[in-house]
Amino acid sequence: MTRVEHATRSSRIGVVVISVALIVLVLAPFWGDRQTLRLLAEMFTFVALASLWNLLAGYAGLVSVGQQAFVGLGGYLLFALAMLLDVHPVAAILIAGPIGALVAIPVAALMFRLRGAYFAIGTWVIAEVFRLLASQISALGGGSGISLPASVVVAMAPTRQAREFEIYWLALALAVVILGAIVALLRSRHGLALTAIRDNELTAQSIGIDVWRIKFIVYVLTAFGTAMIGALIFLQKLRISPDTAFSVNDWTAFVIFITVIGGIGKIEGPIIGTIIFFALRQTLADLGSLYLLLMGAVAIVVMLWAPKGLWGMISERLGWQALPLQRRLVTGKETGGKL
Amino acid sequence: MPETPLLEIKAIDAFYGDFQALFGVSLSIAPRQVVAVIGANGAGKSTLLKSIAGLMQPHRGEILFEGNLTAGAPAFDVLRRGIALVPEGRRLFPSLTVEENLLIGGQSGRPGPWTLARVYELFPVLAERRNLPAPALSGGQQQMAAIGRALMANPSLLLCDEISLGLAPIVVRDIYARLPQIMAEGLSLIIVEQDIAQALRASSHVYCLQEGRIALQGSANQLSRESISAAYFGV
Amino acid sequence: MQWLNVILQGVLIGGLYAMFAAGLSLIFGVMRLVNIAHGDLIVLAAYISLMVTQSVGIDPINSLLIVVPAMALLGYALQRGLLNLTLGDDLLPPLLVTFGLSIIIQNGLLEFFTADSRRLQAGLIEVETFQLAQGLFIGALPLIQFAVAILVIAGLQVLFYRTALGRAFRATSDDQSVAQLMGLDTRHVFAMAMALSLAVIAIAGVFLAIRTNFDPAIGPARLIFGFEAVIIGGLGNMWGTLAGGVILGVSQAIGAQIDPGWQLLAGHIVFLAILAVRPQGLFPRISG
Repeated sequence: MTRVEHATRSSRIGVVVISVALIVLVLAPFWGDRQTLRLLAEMFTFVALASLWNLLAGYAGLVSVGQQAFVGLGGYLLFALAMLLDVHPVAAILIAGPIGALVAIPVAALMFRLRGAYFAIGTWVIAEVFRLLASQISALGGGSGISLPASVVVAMAPTRQAREFEIYWLALALAVVILGAIVALLRSRHGLALTAIRDNELTAQSIGIDVWRIKFIVYVLTAFGTAMIGALIFLQKLRISPDTAFSVNDWTAFVIFITVIGGIGKIEGPIIGTIIFFALRQTLADLGSLYLLLMGAVAIVVMLWAPKGLWGMISERLGWQALPLQRRLVTGKETGGKL
Repeated sequence: MPETPLLEIKAIDAFYGDFQALFGVSLSIAPRQVVAVIGANGAGKSTLLKSIAGLMQPHRGEILFEGNLTAGAPAFDVLRRGIALVPEGRRLFPSLTVEENLLIGGQSGRPGPWTLARVYELFPVLAERRNLPAPALSGGQQQMAAIGRALMANPSLLLCDEISLGLAPIVVRDIYARLPQIMAEGLSLIIVEQDIAQALRASSHVYCLQEGRIALQGSANQLSRESISAAYFGV
Repeated sequence: MQWLNVILQGVLIGGLYAMFAAGLSLIFGVMRLVNIAHGDLIVLAAYISLMVTQSVGIDPINSLLIVVPAMALLGYALQRGLLNLTLGDDLLPPLLVTFGLSIIIQNGLLEFFTADSRRLQAGLIEVETFQLAQGLFIGALPLIQFAVAILVIAGLQVLFYRTALGRAFRATSDDQSVAQLMGLDTRHVFAMAMALSLAVIAIAGVFLAIRTNFDPAIGPARLIFGFEAVIIGGLGNMWGTLAGGVILGVSQAIGAQIDPGWQLLAGHIVFLAILAVRPQGLFPRISG
């Protein structure tokens, strides 16, 4: 009897390492200070955002420079639900997901009429439209934005420390769930189709994979996750404005650089990329626009000379995988079975 | 008295990725000579021409044109040195008219006898259709245009890749009938052909390729049918 | 009458949008490359003109004599040195490299010039107006700029269809390998196309800078306007692009008249509507 095995030796090690890391991170509120928690929470949101962008671009071949549309949408949904409809902030985060997905459906229907780089710019237009619409909503601060009222903030938890712990764990949970969902997707039948699309779209189509449908589903699911992350981000920031909610720099440029440098098309890429990105930010802090300039230059260099990113180079040289995502056919003989 | 060959290919190997298409192929052609390269599909004939024209770089061996090494030179450089290719399938530029296709053949500015007027003289039907978009022409007319386009570069060596492909026999004979006119200024020709009879009629020397190797070579009028069949099919 | 004025203004700015679009659509036609840094290069041209007018003391229109060749040279070097390396079957490298370039240009300009808003002074023609009819006015500057846009597009058409360089562009766009067989060095052809694109960008940038305030961050919006004009007009047709620019300009003008906050939104909505109903554009000639 043959079956598909996903694990490799390095991925078994990887799973152990990640599990240990997770335990450490869950306990962070007990060993880390306030700044560390904020930094870690920020890193978790970027890992999640980058992993979702990686799924879109690296696997489904949909390069979007407009994911900030859904980040901002999630943020505004949080404020709208919590302020105008008295929904508990955490519940608002959970509701933002499905609403984001619903909004993504007509958006995808429109955007899929464009191809390649034109699709990319089209997604940017959508983000601009969302930004302009948001600045028309005076109930949510219009063009200058609005802060989360104290009543909503307190509804989360009575003390500031409790709130910070809550947000930290929410960020960690969201990142883990999203990454877990991506791994599960990639291990499934649809994931195999996605990998085929990533490797060669035309061939994938010719062997009967419904490329359009899969891309559509991936786009909608990515919007689902991105909207939830957006809601969480702005819950942490406590203030929203159209320019910050739909900022290309914050939610797209950094995400793209993280994924490119870490490794597109590999699930470990965004994780590695986020670590590098934040390490650089800590050491090169206060450089402002020079930092973005540098990141842009590094991304270009990586794209031209190491297109698989840092993790791509490592995994090619050493054959490592941090997560069990390989597919290997194992026959009865190998498992020592009788059949 | 032996002339210095115009083109000399010394034991080249050619690869498509990991797949080897040519194994130690050697060939030479003198000025004003017509050499035919025949062989079954996949034998490596087009690969050979592409290697000469600079579209592919051989992994081993040498290609010498007029005594200079050309292997490794990119295609646009090879053209400027005097080798022009009439590609398989014609491959005229669809966005250009017939005349524009011819003009672009001459854009390298190599001096020589071939001009637009001269090409129209050779193929009058092209003059009638000069402002039509290239795809509007029939197969035979497109082939003439492709040859004319290559001639506009005033080459010393013309490579013709399967010019009879997909054309009616009468059209093929018509085109081949103009070979003497084409060669009148001292051009050499390498023709790759599946139509063996036509190849033997038009050329003085024949090479037969079989699975990437030269299986037979010799004067066109001295090779027997049997030896050609044997070499062609590898029987 | 007021609406007629509004529409007229929209038509005239459509000319500027068409210039934004022309450079974009030109390089897409020749090498299937979309330059995400396109808008930022327009802004770069504006800043170069600013430097030239401030240091040499000439007016912005005359600065074109320096800015256009400078940008063309930059375009050639950029394509030859960087962008040629990204061309191939994979769509990610050119997209991500030009995106990186966009970020670099924006932040470079920010570091060098700060975020302060600037404007180029062109003198009297900025305020000159002509009266066409009772209540119908047309500014000298917008009129000149529209005329320039038409000249640029006509010029590009002539170049593409009546010159050897244009033949080389079309041949290379059709079939790169056979173009090489004709003796065309495609690296050079692509670089010439980019040089041409940046020359057009230079003209557009200078006129933009005379017309409105500019700062390092306005690039992406110009890219979007150019892109929308191309899609509305239809790929592969320069005059279609002019029509697309005009439609966009008029939509924005009408939107602004209804409510100033609706100016940009109106343009985007018209774009999305056309994308929904006629995705190939109004006057398409090639497929994307």
